[in-house]
Order: sequence, then C-alpha cells, then structure tokens
Amino acid sequence: MDVSILLIQILNSVQYGLLLFLVASGLTLIFGIMGVINLAHGSFYMLGAYAAFTLSALTGNLFIAIALGVVLAVAFGYLLEWVFFSFLYRRDHLQQVLLTYGLILIFEELRSIVVGDDVHGVAAPAALAGSIPLGTTMTYPVYNLLISAACLVVAALLFGLLRYTRLGMMIRAGASNREMVRSLGIDIEFLFRVVFALGVALAAFAGMISAPASSVYPGMGNQVLIICFVVVVIGGIGSVPGALVAALLIGFVDTFGKVFLADYAGILIYLLMAVILVWRPEGLFRESAV
Amino acid sequence: MRRVLPLLALLALAALPAIAGKFYVELVAKIMIMAVFAMSLDLLVGVTGLVSLGHAAFFGLASYVVALAAPDSYTAANLWTSLPLAIAASALLAFAIGALVLRTRGVYFIMVTLAFSQMVYFVFHDTKIGGGSDGTYLYAKPEAKLGDWTLVDFGDSTQFYYTMLGLLILTFAFLRLVLASRFGHALAGIRSNEQRMRALGFNTYAYKLAAFTLAGAIAGLAGYFAAVQFGFVNPEMLSWHQSANVLLMVILGGLGNLFGAIVGAFAFILLQDLFSSLTKHWLLLMGGFVILVVMLLPGGLTRAGEAWRTWRMPARDA
Repeated sequence: MDVSILLIQILNSVQYGLLLFLVASGLTLIFGIMGVINLAHGSFYMLGAYAAFTLSALTGNLFIAIALGVVLAVAFGYLLEWVFFSFLYRRDHLQQVLLTYGLILIFEELRSIVVGDDVHGVAAPAALAGSIPLGTTMTYPVYNLLISAACLVVAALLFGLLRYTRLGMMIRAGASNREMVRSLGIDIEFLFRVVFALGVALAAFAGMISAPASSVYPGMGNQVLIICFVVVVIGGIGSVPGALVAALLIGFVDTFGKVFLADYAGILIYLLMAVILVWRPEGLFRESAV
Repeated sequence: MRRVLPLLALLALAALPAIAGKFYVELVAKIMIMAVFAMSLDLLVGVTGLVSLGHAAFFGLASYVVALAAPDSYTAANLWTSLPLAIAASALLAFAIGALVLRTRGVYFIMVTLAFSQMVYFVFHDTKIGGGSDGTYLYAKPEAKLGDWTLVDFGDSTQFYYTMLGLLILTFAFLRLVLASRFGHALAGIRSNEQRMRALGFNTYAYKLAAFTLAGAIAGLAGYFAAVQFGFVNPEMLSWHQSANVLLMVILGGLGNLFGAIVGAFAFILLQDLFSSLTKHWLLLMGGFVILVVMLLPGGLTRAGEAWRTWRMPARDA
C-alpha cells in the first residue's frame, strides 16, 4: 500500500473513531451514572446533523449554526431529562429499552414531518472547502482535518472537566458508586440533568460537525447507536477512557476492514467485540471514569 | 372467565376463515406467525429473565434458509428438508451467539444481543448472499407432499391459515410443557435468583444456553413460515426494529405466561394496521402508544385488570 493512501486511511480512522467517541462517551456516562440504557442516544446524533442542515441554511454560516445547535442541544437535553428520563430511573432495563425505543420512533417521525425524508448534504464553509495534497497524487479535504481537530479539542475539554473540576469529581464519583454519591448529600437530580444535557450536546455536536463530510439521512442515528453500544461494551460501561480507546480501535478496524475486505467489513467490529467478550466480558476499562 | 376466554378466542380463530374475507385470513395468519415468534422470546425475557434485543436474527436466518434452500426463485423447496434445515440453522446460530452473550448479564446482555444480531444483518445486507440489501423473491411455496399426495397447499390462504393455527397451538402446548418441566422450573429459578440456583448446584450457564438455543429454534420456525407467507425475504426481517417490535409484543401482552405473547402479537399488529391506515406518520402514534403502555401498564394487557384494581384500591400494606 502506498504511503499516502495509508496516511489517508489513518486520518479517516482517527476521524471516525473520535466522532464515535463523542457519541459513546455520553452514552456510557448516562449509563454509568444514572443506570439508564438509552436507545434514543443515536437520535441525538441524527437530530444534530439535521440541525446543522436546517440552521446553516437559516444562518448561512456553519459555525454559527453549530454554536446555536450546541446551545439548543444542552437546553433540549436538560428539558428531556426533566420531563422524560427522570421517570425511567426506577424502571427495569426492559422498560427503559422499550420507552426509549418509543422515543426513537417519535424523534424519527417528527424529523420526517419537519424536514422530510430526503437525503441532504451540508456545504463545508468556503474557506475550508479545499483539499491539501498528500504525496504526489492524493489529496485530503481540509474540512475533514478540522473535524478531527475539533473532536480532539472537545475530547480534551471533556477529560479536563471530568478530571480537574468539582463537577467532574461528582460525575466520576457517580459513575463509580451512585448510592454513595446520593448519601453524601450531593444534589443528584441536578447532577443527572447536567450529565444528560452534556451527553446530548456531545452527540449532537458530533452529528453537526460531521454533517458536511457525510450526508444527512434518515436512520443515521440508529446506525451510530448500535456501533456505540459496541464501543461501550468493549470499553467497559461507565468508562470514558475505555470509550476513547474502544472508539479509536473500532475506527481503525472498520476503516481498514473496508480497504481489505470490502463486503465483509461490516461484521469485523462485531467479531472484535466477540473476541473482547471471550477475553474480558466486563470490557477493557471497567470502573474507572477517568 | 379466565378459562372461558381463551376457549372462545380459539373458537373464533377456528371459525374466522368461514366468516372473514381473504385479507383478514392472511392478516391473522401473519399475526399467528408473529405470536409463535413472540412466545419464543417470552421464554427468554419473561421466563428466564434474559432481555434479548437481537431475537430477529434467528427469525430472519430461517427466512433466508427458505430462499437459499430453493434451487431458484421459481422452484419450491421441499418442506420436509428445508424446514428442519431452517430450524437447525437458527438453533445453531442461537447456540453460537448464546455461548458468547451469556457471558454477560443485565444491560451488557441487551447491548451485546443487539450488536450480534446487527452483525447477522450486515452479513445479509452487505454481501451478495440472498440478494444483498434488496433481498430475494420466492415465487413458489415449499411443497408439503407425502408421496404424490399434497398434504397442505401453502398457496391456498385458508389451508395456510389452519396450518398456522395448528402451529400456534402446538408451540403453545409445547412451551407450556417446557415451563412445567424441571427444566422450566430451573429457568424460572434463574430469573428470580441466579445466585441461589448456582448455590443449589445448577449449572445456570448451561440452562440459559439451552433456553437461548431453544428460543432461537422456535423463532426460526416462525421465520420459516413468515418467508413462506410473504413470498420474499430481505434484511429487514432480521433488523433490530424487528427485534424491538417482538419485544414490544411480549411486554404489551404481559411477560412470562405465553398467553401474553399471543395477546401482544394480536394487539401490536392490529394497532400497526389501524395507525398506518390513519396517517403516513403512524410511527409517531406508535411511539406515543408504546410509551403510554409501558408507563401505565408495565404488566401488559393481560394484567390490565390487576393494574386497574391496584389503581382504584391501593394495597393496604403498600
């Protein structure tokens, strides 16, 4: 394989892995802290992508659209936890699965009513629409580099938040021992709402920033959701570093699988999961939030 | 009342082809297939306490066997060879997946069953096997012949209907026997307290794997006849929406008693039919309905009476 092709595949792997991490980190935190399995988490990614499409058409600028979208996502997540998810904590997992599945149907249909069922493209900003040359014949889109860079910044901010702030300390404590945090008198309801809003915002941000590089289409959320489950299972539930390692691993396996195996690449990440299940059924990084 | 109602329902099902048109005969035949599928999942979710979100993989694999066992789309497969083959394929897949997923529990189990069923989905969606993402049409129904004599003609909707009614009754009776056996009691014991079962010397992993394989085989039985009735197979038959729908049927009817799965299959598909006749955006209604039912009737329709009584008269010791 040519070096420049190899480099492009590595860049693609990292980009895909980092996007998966943004979605999966929220999923794993929400499960780790609130004990809720949220099938609708992929819908937040889908809603983010459609928000980028709608808002960038309205404002004419992708970055303003993303900034607006993040604010909306935080508000939406905060509200959704309040009116819906806060009722799920005492339900068993089976009921959580079905209730959040019902939520997926509602989000998908609302999206269909408001925006329609067409596949859309979102234009990258003109300044970033170009490509940089790699080697003699290959090029790589500037915008895709920006996606990886933005994801890296957000991931670093997330780790900083979790490791160095008081809020992060509470979140980590919640992920390792929920009952203990409750009994220490921390305002757990507020903490739940913040974590949920954070998770929604991360997933929506991933959907928004990747919209120009991939198209925006119905059902995109479910695809991401199932791969994020694989990420969470491999990384270990509740573990953010585990999610990062697992997401990058899957990014590489999936991208290079498509290069070498074509049609059979879709099943590779599941085989990887099977190997991890045999080797470490509890995931790579069980019980260490950061 | 509790004894009369199922008998009346059975009589109504037996009489249906005499009074209803072809559309309803075919619709109810489809519902009975889904009821068999839902009962197989109830063995896992309701009886053993294993919430699987990937049960459609076994249903869909058997559907594909109908297509793959036929020489071509216009030539029928032989029922006596293709049906055992389909069930065996589903059972084998369930055994292989079960051996892996049963290493996990709780929420991991839900995610992992979903992920593995998605893997099977991609095998049929991304590769050329069974026609790729478009699926395959089956223009001929499998032949059920004894010598030269045709036992049942699956192309005739009334004959197919009665075959499915028989299948429903046999599956129900079989699973009832399973539940009443030592094996069934062990599964119920695992649901209520797996630690204790292990302490009593039961190899709970083996019991769960046996239940998972049996449930996969019965799902395959349903999937086989679904392909026969629909006349086509496509990857949607093993998609995770199918897995979620059958889980909805089970909880809609009520867990653990098999009746619930049958009631749930009827309620779910009739509602689907009703909602989709009302509006193009019927999934919105379905989503709202699902949320309402799970919130208000966590025990399902067959326990609606109990829910109503406790709501009117809260138990004194509560």
